[in-house]
Amino acid sequence: MYQKKKQLRIRTPEGISFALEPASPLMRFFAWSIDTLVIVGVTLFLQQVIFSHLVKVAPDFGNALSILVMTALYLCYAMCLEWFWHGRTLGKRLFRLRVMDSNGFHLQLSQVVIRNLLRVIDSLPLFYLVGGAASFFSPLYQRLGDRVANTVVVKLPKFSSPDLTGIGEQKFNSLRAYPHLLARLRQAITPAEADIGLQALRRRDTFDDRERTVLFDKLAEHFKAKCAFPEEAVRACSSEQYVRNIVELLYDT
Amino acid sequence: MILNIDKFIAEELPFWEELETFLRLSGKGSAEHFNLEEIRRFHYLYQRTSSGLGRLATFSAEPETKGYLENLIARAYAEIHERRSPGRSLRGAQRLFRAFPQTFRRHLRAFCLVLVVTLAGASFGVVVLIKDPASKAVLLPFSHLHISPEERVAGEMEEKGEQLSGHQAEFASSLMAHNIKVAIFAMGLGLTFGVGTLISLFYNGVILGAVSVDYIMAGQGAFLTGWLLPHGSVEIPAFLVAGQAGLVLAKALIGHGDRIPPGQRLRKILPDLTVLIGGVAVMLIWAGLLESFFSQYHAPVISYGLKIGFGVAELLLLMLYLGLVGRRTDSRRDSSQPASG
Repeated sequence: MYQKKKQLRIRTPEGISFALEPASPLMRFFAWSIDTLVIVGVTLFLQQVIFSHLVKVAPDFGNALSILVMTALYLCYAMCLEWFWHGRTLGKRLFRLRVMDSNGFHLQLSQVVIRNLLRVIDSLPLFYLVGGAASFFSPLYQRLGDRVANTVVVKLPKFSSPDLTGIGEQKFNSLRAYPHLLARLRQAITPAEADIGLQALRRRDTFDDRERTVLFDKLAEHFKAKCAFPEEAVRACSSEQYVRNIVELLYDT
Repeated sequence: MILNIDKFIAEELPFWEELETFLRLSGKGSAEHFNLEEIRRFHYLYQRTSSGLGRLATFSAEPETKGYLENLIARAYAEIHERRSPGRSLRGAQRLFRAFPQTFRRHLRAFCLVLVVTLAGASFGVVVLIKDPASKAVLLPFSHLHISPEERVAGEMEEKGEQLSGHQAEFASSLMAHNIKVAIFAMGLGLTFGVGTLISLFYNGVILGAVSVDYIMAGQGAFLTGWLLPHGSVEIPAFLVAGQAGLVLAKALIGHGDRIPPGQRLRKILPDLTVLIGGVAVMLIWAGLLESFFSQYHAPVISYGLKIGFGVAELLLLMLYLGLVGRRTDSRRDSSQPASG
């Protein structure tokens, strides 16, 4: 019903396992585009404001400084920001992405340096075609530089409390009488599946009548396949009511 | 475990927010100044949030909340369980001075291979140009090398380095920028399992050999040596070291005869690659300055003897530096490590 996402899974010594979602190549391309715009913007600014005047006073020194500053900017922009901002550049901040060690630890200076220097290969022949292809086939969307440096670019989720309006307003839930089945259901259903049920209920009024019936039939069928409740508990329930009951119990509203 | 998601979040949110504040402070470098009480509190919050995630993981709850908690714990985990030092600080420039030759010696076999391939390329260039002088146009990619050495030398002697007058700094910075990018590329070609690095080294050797034999056959050996040696004695080794870094990377990728998993092999060589390429960059900055401000001036402005002597002295100093600096630390490290194999 839903596609399993790529995940960076880490298990702590305390026995807690957590997963982080790697950023997709497309998302990273957008972040990189922002960074490129920043580099071009800074370059133009420096050229107009400083170097154009400096060249008039000391042409040789002005041109030399301009070449060196531009090269340093091109090579070191991402390196410096990722090092001082803990794996984030301006583009990555904007898209809520972060570079991290593939073991979940802090980035080492050598990791930051090498992953950025290897952009010269990843960016070949143009627009990061090599890096894009490498990350597309990588289980954690790593470009070549990331693979060598053992780094992963992950998404940073924003905290938002679940919106449960409209759920749990009913007084009677026929499935509540079966706590042992309820416990089994909670183990069988993944958070993503529960979320699909919740989203379907939340958006029910936006669906066309026929499509709504089809959708809730499919959802009810899916949930029933995960854990079957006795016939007498579900006999009088429509598919939508069944999904509502399930979601209500899952979120225990 | 049965949870009421709303109640759970309402109860735990203040702790998550407090942990986030700790992480923010830690990110700004304040972690070093935490007192014992604060460190204990930080650890408690990490454990409490971990336990919250554990409770949530057994429950089909809101994935966004779970994602948020996982990210929070990932950051706290990195703060609490990180045992490595953050890496070489800027203060470590002095340490880098020793680390560069040490790293170079640690991967001496890779450097020897680089040297052999470059010399093979140079020999090839020499043989091809002697056998077929017409191949010069194909072998040498730069148009200024296509004219006869006699013409070039005559032109240079006449100009007395004036062609660069007022542009030396610009020329030097262009050389530095270009050469550093080429060196990084040579290292990056290690990603082709070293094939790209070896091809580029061989090709550079071909050019070097062809140019040398072209000038020597024209009786312009002194000019060539005086022109190349002052900057070439640093620039050429710098490219060889960049190639060495490429082969170190390739070796870690291939992992022949090494039982360590690829990820760990690469992790192990990262500091070495950083030191090697850092050293190469410094060498190329020096070479760029010399090429622009010194190499381009020929006799009678600067005598060939002085230029060649300077180049030879530089090469000797470089060899001494790469061969001897940091040896004491090397032997101390060797003696402190248990004997293997």
